[in-house]
Amino acid sequence: MRTFLDFEKPVAELEGKIEELRHLSDGGDINIAEEVGRLQTKVDRLLRQTYAKLSPWQKVQVARHADRPHVQQIVSTLIEDFVPLSGDRLYGEDAAVVGGIGRFRGYSVVVVGQEKGSDTEGRVRHNFGMAHPEGYRKARRLMALADQFGLPLLTFVDTPGAYPGIGAEERGQAEAIARCIDASLQLRVPVICSIIGEGGSGGAIAVATGDRILMMEHAIYSVISPEGCASILWRSAERATEAADALRLTAEDLAKLGVIDGIVPEPLGGAHREPAAAIAGLGDAVEAALHEVRSLDGSVLRARRREKFLAMGKTGLS
Amino acid sequence: MSWLTNFVRPKLRALGIKPDVPDNLWIKCPNCEQMLFHRELAANLHVCHYCDHHLRLPAADRLAMLFDEGAFQTIELPETIADPLRFRDRRRYSERLRDARHGDDRRDAVLVGHGTMGGHPAVVAAFDFGFMGGSMGVAAGESLLAAANLAVLQDAPLIVVPASGGARMQEGILSLMQMPRTVIGVQQVREAGLPYIVVLADPTTGGVTASFAMLGDIALAEPGAIVGFAGTRVIQETIREKLPAGFQRAEYLHDHGMVDMVVHRRALRDRLISLIGLLRHPRPKAEVVSLERRGEGAGKTSDKAPQEKVGAAPGPADPKGSPAKGA
Ligand SMILES: [Zn+2]
Repeated sequence: MRTFLDFEKPVAELEGKIEELRHLSDGGDINIAEEVGRLQTKVDRLLRQTYAKLSPWQKVQVARHADRPHVQQIVSTLIEDFVPLSGDRLYGEDAAVVGGIGRFRGYSVVVVGQEKGSDTEGRVRHNFGMAHPEGYRKARRLMALADQFGLPLLTFVDTPGAYPGIGAEERGQAEAIARCIDASLQLRVPVICSIIGEGGSGGAIAVATGDRILMMEHAIYSVISPEGCASILWRSAERATEAADALRLTAEDLAKLGVIDGIVPEPLGGAHREPAAAIAGLGDAVEAALHEVRSLDGSVLRARRREKFLAMGKTGLS
Repeated sequence: MSWLTNFVRPKLRALGIKPDVPDNLWIKCPNCEQMLFHRELAANLHVCHYCDHHLRLPAADRLAMLFDEGAFQTIELPETIADPLRFRDRRRYSERLRDARHGDDRRDAVLVGHGTMGGHPAVVAAFDFGFMGGSMGVAAGESLLAAANLAVLQDAPLIVVPASGGARMQEGILSLMQMPRTVIGVQQVREAGLPYIVVLADPTTGGVTASFAMLGDIALAEPGAIVGFAGTRVIQETIREKLPAGFQRAEYLHDHGMVDMVVHRRALRDRLISLIGLLRHPRPKAEVVSLERRGEGAGKTSDKAPQEKVGAAPGPADPKGSPAKGA
């Protein structure tokens, strides 16, 4: 059962018709087969037109789409011999951050990703991808592991933000994020970060300071959610559409601002329509990025990573 | 002292506070609601003399209260791109910024000064909550990096006093990028072997807390200061529970192990001077001779009680110790 977004309604209708026609015929009717073919062409054209000019707010919806490939799916597809690792060794295990060690296209790597969960049970278990301090401290632990064994670190960012709760604050949510940023900027191993869905504020940057920052075509990355921004600056969460425009949170704008290094194209109609193809494309992009930095010396990597972030903010958008 | 009157009134204007009496000479304590005469309030470091509430302090007053004789030099902050996203909400960001700047287009939320504290050179970066809620955008990030640079160049400790609602939304992703950028500043100070001390002032929240503000080698906080990551409204909307008493206050953070100590504003300068002295001058000013070693045969260390060993560093680190006896 496919979930359609509001602006995908015309596509949904056409695909409904195709389904109906297929149901009517038992495959032998040439007229129906022709009609299905014609409708399918129409669907493709419609998708191409719609997805070529998605508004920022539409991208927000695509980025949050429930059927979009999540970290666990990406890891199970791209990482062989994956061994999940758990716990921050201080307080607990936070399932909002998944991590472990495995083999990516032949090389051992450490993986850290934010998992939103794909069904109701999973979303509850992973707390909708909103980590507590334990999640960031676990991430930091895994960063240290990568550094110790000279393994590249791959991070996958997909979170609405760090969890806002009493326990999270008491146990130092801000400190946990700050130390995570501190640690990733110190690493002497290649760090490739991919924004795969929602890059939500401080909760995202905690694991997004790498040598190469990739972003899926329809992912978003922002200092605050459009809803949060609208409720503060417009005094109404209803104005989220305008806030999404103003925040410049699309991959295209972030590339212009020099905040990301590459945009990973998504299959026609978004990653949620063809998760397998989307994941394969992401894998190729990560491999290419890794290839660019793999042979660099650790201290060079670290110095260049710092320079990269220090250079940000010199140019704006016109 | 001219800065008293010069800074009290612009701050009120910037915050849009309507004075309860004409001419701004009286300020109402936000805690006990007593009326405080501005001159007295400034003389008391903006601490209410009825209830001890620590009012927010303009950055220039902060620098003046920390440096010896209130004397310091500010540095000209790097020129940065204004309004990089051409952001507009109900108003243009460029207009908001222009109004906040009062004609000084380098002005932003962070003021950086250097001078001496107890005779030790020091660099202080202080946030002005009155400037757009102390929010951190490119300019504030650059200011902190400049402060870190200056500390390294001058071989001086860096003290940062945040007072900020967090990232400046109007600069979008570039304000988020100030989190790693300011952390790099902290790393530069750390690698130079210099102390980095944070004084968490009211309020310190959001992306400011989750970056440089929580990385102090030593973290002090002012009494009653709100320090946290998420705002209380967001937390309440998420968990739909009553928040505990004193939640996110400096004292609460201290109880939860998140800050080293809560320091009254009147004691702050002396506390910082002690810390700088201890961290920057770890060796005694004069030679310390161990009494116990002088009274015994050199090298004999058998059955002494542990407390007798406490004192000057023994052995090679204490060149005068044993030879003095033998000479
Ligand atoms: Zn009072």
